[in-house]
Amino acid sequence: MTSTPTWRVTRALLLVLYGLFFIVPLYAMLDFSTRSTQGGRTGEAWADLVRDPTLSSAIITSLLLALFTVLGMLLLLLPTMIWVRMRVPGATRLIEFLCLLPLTIPALVIVVGMRNVYTWVNYLVSDSVYTLTFVYVVLVLPYAYRAIDAALGSLDVVTLAEAARSLGAGWLTVIARIIVPNVWSGVLAAAFISIALVMGEFTIASLTNYENLQVVINFLGKSAARTSVAASLAVLVFVFVLLMALSYVGRGRRGAERS
Amino acid sequence: MSRRTTLPPSLALLPFLGFLTIFLLIPTVTVVVGAFQEGGEFSTANIEALFSEAALRTLWNSVLLSASTAVIGAVFGSLLAYIVVMASPTSLFRRSVTSMASVLAQFGGVTLAFAFIATLGFSGVVTELLRDTVNLDIFGTGWLFGLPGLILVYTYFQIPLMVIVFLPALEGLRPQWREAAVNLGATGWQYWTQVAIPLLRPAFLGATLLLFANAFAAYATAAALVSQGNPIVPLLIRAALTSEILLGRQNLAFALAFQMIIVVAVVMTAYALLVRRTSRWLR
Amino acid sequence: MAREIRHLRNVGIGLCALILTACSAPSDDGDGGDGASAAEEATSAEDFGGMDELVAAAQEEGELNVIALPPDWANYGEIIETFSEKYDIKVNSAQPDAASQDEINAANQLEGTDRAPDVFDLGQSVALANTDMFAPYQVETWDSIPDEFKDPDGTWVNDYGGYMSIGYDSNEVPEVSTLDDLLGSEFRGSVALNGDPTQAGAAFSGVVMAAIANGGSADDVAPGVEYFQKLNDAGNFLPVDPTPATVESGQTPVVIDWDYLNAALAEDVPGWTVVVPEEAVVGGYYFQAINADAPHPAAARLWQEFLYSDEGQNLWLKGGARPVRAEAMAEEGTIDQELYDALPPVEGEPVIPTNEQTEQAAQYLSENWAKVVG
Repeated sequence: MTSTPTWRVTRALLLVLYGLFFIVPLYAMLDFSTRSTQGGRTGEAWADLVRDPTLSSAIITSLLLALFTVLGMLLLLLPTMIWVRMRVPGATRLIEFLCLLPLTIPALVIVVGMRNVYTWVNYLVSDSVYTLTFVYVVLVLPYAYRAIDAALGSLDVVTLAEAARSLGAGWLTVIARIIVPNVWSGVLAAAFISIALVMGEFTIASLTNYENLQVVINFLGKSAARTSVAASLAVLVFVFVLLMALSYVGRGRRGAERS
Repeated sequence: MSRRTTLPPSLALLPFLGFLTIFLLIPTVTVVVGAFQEGGEFSTANIEALFSEAALRTLWNSVLLSASTAVIGAVFGSLLAYIVVMASPTSLFRRSVTSMASVLAQFGGVTLAFAFIATLGFSGVVTELLRDTVNLDIFGTGWLFGLPGLILVYTYFQIPLMVIVFLPALEGLRPQWREAAVNLGATGWQYWTQVAIPLLRPAFLGATLLLFANAFAAYATAAALVSQGNPIVPLLIRAALTSEILLGRQNLAFALAFQMIIVVAVVMTAYALLVRRTSRWLR
Repeated sequence: MAREIRHLRNVGIGLCALILTACSAPSDDGDGGDGASAAEEATSAEDFGGMDELVAAAQEEGELNVIALPPDWANYGEIIETFSEKYDIKVNSAQPDAASQDEINAANQLEGTDRAPDVFDLGQSVALANTDMFAPYQVETWDSIPDEFKDPDGTWVNDYGGYMSIGYDSNEVPEVSTLDDLLGSEFRGSVALNGDPTQAGAAFSGVVMAAIANGGSADDVAPGVEYFQKLNDAGNFLPVDPTPATVESGQTPVVIDWDYLNAALAEDVPGWTVVVPEEAVVGGYYFQAINADAPHPAAARLWQEFLYSDEGQNLWLKGGARPVRAEAMAEEGTIDQELYDALPPVEGEPVIPTNEQTEQAAQYLSENWAKVVG
């Protein structure tokens, strides 16, 4: 099935259709951002992007938030999920529901519910924008859970763990050196979507009066519509390039896994 | 050996559960408590308001929107994921599609709405193209700004989300299993229906559930696209929280949020039952 | 056994956490020191010992938090910049998209933190419903503000106002002079209202304008709702939110909004014209107030002084809005006469709905608007 001519043609056709569906709206954004009032084309909106200092500091803020969120998520979620599979399978549904819960409550309402908790956080920890990490870790849980769960599901974790333990490995070794490399694709997918989520998050940062990347872009949109559309497109491209670069990080491991 | 078994294994879940309690459960409890209050006192007035005709219609619209985009996203997304997984793991094609999918899965809000308006709006790029070349008016009566439009726009991020979340499951299908099946005399069709699909079903259903919940609570895109009326629940919540004409409906917003949690819990229960029945043989 | 222990521990954590929430959050007002509490109580510049002391106190605070002030709304962009440069105070402008209720929500949400808003610029209903959150203050130019535009104690003051207007791109659509023109077939898929009338003040006033134009009044908005029904049936009504992006890209060639907001669009769209329909002149003023829990109370009061000074009022005028001291300034000759004359001409008696009329109309709209947009 994989390399018959019919399949290759179908695949090409499907890819073209998918490509059109996803690229055309992006093209419309590009079209608008390069329009000039005199009716021609201009790169001014894009040039303005580079000149704006608030934008570059906001990018760094969001990148750091993304990094902290991914670390927090991995530290918290990955060992827990593996542990649940190995030793406490009865807790699966509970964890699954808890990891889906953040998705059911609109960000608008989370902010109101967060109020007391965050007053304590601001009091005990700090008032900086990086305290948003806690909320972001909660926000990425549904997606990260799904990605890691899909990878874990293809593995017989219990047998692998027992085999490793019978050979003398401790729990930490089992998790870090046996399970994780085998679910690396799920981990990477979870990390990717977490980064994309944090870079695209607007509602909570805005309602708590913090300045992250999307808040700054939105503010730009108030004074310069074309520049803000250019900024959004630029962020999409930027995160895309970032993720592409990151995908090369896992290359060594994945090569070994496939054989 | 004996030292290890004195501590119950569930203790290791403490950090995770503790974190969630503080940053998820407490906000949720605050919201649920608020749903049963009005003017600072206990009241079921807002819960009753959930059963008004307008509120029920809004709920129905939300469920319809979420279910349809979840199914569409799941089907087309898994198809695309399949095409991707057929390519070599280290190929440029695969890397770029997965990166692109991650980016687009979180693309939303005002910008996505604008991108679609600029494409399919009254003077959109595609609308004008079709109008000028084949004399076809796809704008019609402005379907883009209602439920059909929302379905189309939501699909834009549902499909990439499906790809991202389902790809690891597809990657988990070892080629050795296929070879073993072929060795035992299975045809391609039999391999798919009796080996691959049953194996993939839990992950597929779980991903569809995620897509449903994702669409159900999505708010920023709808807010930018549909400025008039409140056809879906998150917009009704926004109206209750931020309207400057009809004031004092904050508790109604909490009641609506509570309703959303219940709906997703119900869908999740259905999903859990379905998964348990279809993967009994896996356990 | 393990499950029971787990349950017990969960309950334990839950209880501790709930106890924490039950206690009120720790407050931060110990940080301000004595100077801050004096600033919080000040009801005029004299309480500081004069304008110079007020400026000094504000500069010591160094920052000002404003909210819901888009740069192209009545020229707030320039106002913020001018204030910031003149007094060397950093202005943090949060949530430019926020509606009036969002401002109050943010103040409640961020109470006790340094990010809470210092000042508010609110629509009528929200302002009058939340007066217990404001700190009374009377600016230096207090006496030149007409009585009907201020609260006697200074809890709130009207800052600028405008009239509901129709803005349209004259290069895309034919000339518009009355609301009935918009029912024509040339306006298919063109007319957008700034928001939903059950949520946004501008949209609400738009419906009142339509009501008056069709034989109704501020007490009877049913004709207004019927007008929009007709507009929708003709296929002319666009349910999308008009933004600078949608206007510039030609997606929303006609916008019903406050005249100063429509005026701001003229900068980027050649041929953008603003007209206030003769048969229906609906006005509205916004309300300025100081947050009683402001993290920067002196800066908040200095901001107020700046806004009501001749300089501040003229900057609002530059944005196409009518500042509240316009008449007094015209008499003194301190108003920018050129800008004043450039405002769209307004014929006829303006109607400003009272709070009671607004509530009544809101009730009607909440039951009937949904049918219009189907």
